[in-house]
Amino acid sequence: MESDIKLIDDDGKRLDGRKADELREIKIEAGVLHRAEGSCYLEWGGNKVVAAVYGPREAIPRHTQNPLKAVIKAKYNMAAFSVDDRKRPGPDRRSREISKVISEALDKVILTENFPRASIDVNIEVLEAEAGTRCAGLTAAGVALADAGIPMKDIPVACAAGKIGSKNNDGKKTGGHVVVDLGKEEDNFGDADLPIAISPRTGEILLLQMDGHLTLEEFDKALELAIKGCHIVSKLQKEALVKKYQADVEVD
Amino acid sequence: MALTSSIKRDYLYNLAKNGKRVDGRKFDEFRDIKIETGLISKAEGSARVKIGNTQVIAGIKMDIGDPYPDSPDKGVMITAAELIPLASPDFESGPPRENAIELARVVDRGIRESEVIGLDKLCMESGEKIWLVFIDIHIIDFDGNLFDAASLAALAALFNTAVPIERLRPTLEKLQEKFPSVKGYLEEHPKDYQLPMNEPPISCTSVKFNDVVVLDPSLDEEEIAEARLTVATDKNGDIRAMQKGLDGSFTVEEIKKIINVSLDNGREIRIKLDKSTGK
Repeated sequence: MESDIKLIDDDGKRLDGRKADELREIKIEAGVLHRAEGSCYLEWGGNKVVAAVYGPREAIPRHTQNPLKAVIKAKYNMAAFSVDDRKRPGPDRRSREISKVISEALDKVILTENFPRASIDVNIEVLEAEAGTRCAGLTAAGVALADAGIPMKDIPVACAAGKIGSKNNDGKKTGGHVVVDLGKEEDNFGDADLPIAISPRTGEILLLQMDGHLTLEEFDKALELAIKGCHIVSKLQKEALVKKYQADVEVD
Repeated sequence: MALTSSIKRDYLYNLAKNGKRVDGRKFDEFRDIKIETGLISKAEGSARVKIGNTQVIAGIKMDIGDPYPDSPDKGVMITAAELIPLASPDFESGPPRENAIELARVVDRGIRESEVIGLDKLCMESGEKIWLVFIDIHIIDFDGNLFDAASLAALAALFNTAVPIERLRPTLEKLQEKFPSVKGYLEEHPKDYQLPMNEPPISCTSVKFNDVVVLDPSLDEEEIAEARLTVATDKNGDIRAMQKGLDGSFTVEEIKKIINVSLDNGREIRIKLDKSTGK
């Protein structure tokens, strides 16, 4: 779909007033649910996400067990009322794919070999969606896992970068700006989206997807911006956890 | 269903014998209720209800649709509940099971049979175009008494709902060329307006175990419950819906007592609901 909306102006200011390397506003709260072993509520721009962790517990059905390590079962689900046109409840192909890539990303940082035959269930519920839900979901999942006390090598974190505002010349796109953390219109009418998740301590990349069109130079720049974004969000994750557990200590 | 240890069962039985409950409440006392509305801006209306540690989010979406042949002048409401695995270690993902379906149907009945939504005002062109109202209920944290939490969340979300004229204006404008009444409707309603609502019934659930009856069961109490009764009462003090559950039984006296307790608590909850929706 093409649009006449100008996603970025000549001064490099984006539709919502952000600079190219500026993230949307992010709020993270750890330990928001009573029943779950670990949980997190996260707002990222217009996204509102809750994540909850159960386990390690015996993996059922039995055939899903791995005798050598725990299986990570992440479930990404969107509420019917989270988008403009009501989404039919229940998993679809898109949410299954997102669940899979998030499970795989989390598997890498969790010490799964400590819990053979167990499952660690990470449930991600998108209450409101506005571009970048998989990054928001994975980031919330990282905090929920830490809140649940699951042993991990690192707290995984995600952020996206992309390309917007190229001009259309007879079907060919030219120019364009590489920016971090695409907003709603940028996601819909932009040229490329590159969500990644990293282990911030080592810089290892846990999740990477891309759609759209980037040159090699643009990819390098986008990756750099996304990694920078990840580090900023990582700090917020840790602050949220400190805030929760610091408060607990003070009460005692 | 989770197994309950005999120790926990005996503990709750003994407490009850002395007129006490595990969280210090009286038998006819609700947990703290918090209602928050308008938290999901993508939804036409939304509400978060907390009853103690139980937490439920309800969202309303509306769309233009075709009426049922037997009610050509009425809007249509559809209620769905999801017991998502986020809320409890015992909930599994996938299509709704028995429990989620019973929950959605009890909530739906309470709203539909009492005509809480002015469905007769949601017709744009008789027999052709009406409003669909989707009530989606998400259980976020499960600590007992989903019936009351889900009903209350659905009601608060409905009172928070604005009919999305602006969002669907392109579709409506296209429709008015074909259907003259849609044109009149659009002239009458040039922008978003509050969903037409009537007085709602308030639902209160009690359970019975070991011959005591307690209101607003927590999860522990629900797990050892032998019988459950939900009573929805209206502003005039009349009964509008009931549902008995589980394999135990009640005596007639118990039922009458539960109705009275439900009336008293319903009155207080109604005040909270009105306050949350700015009435």
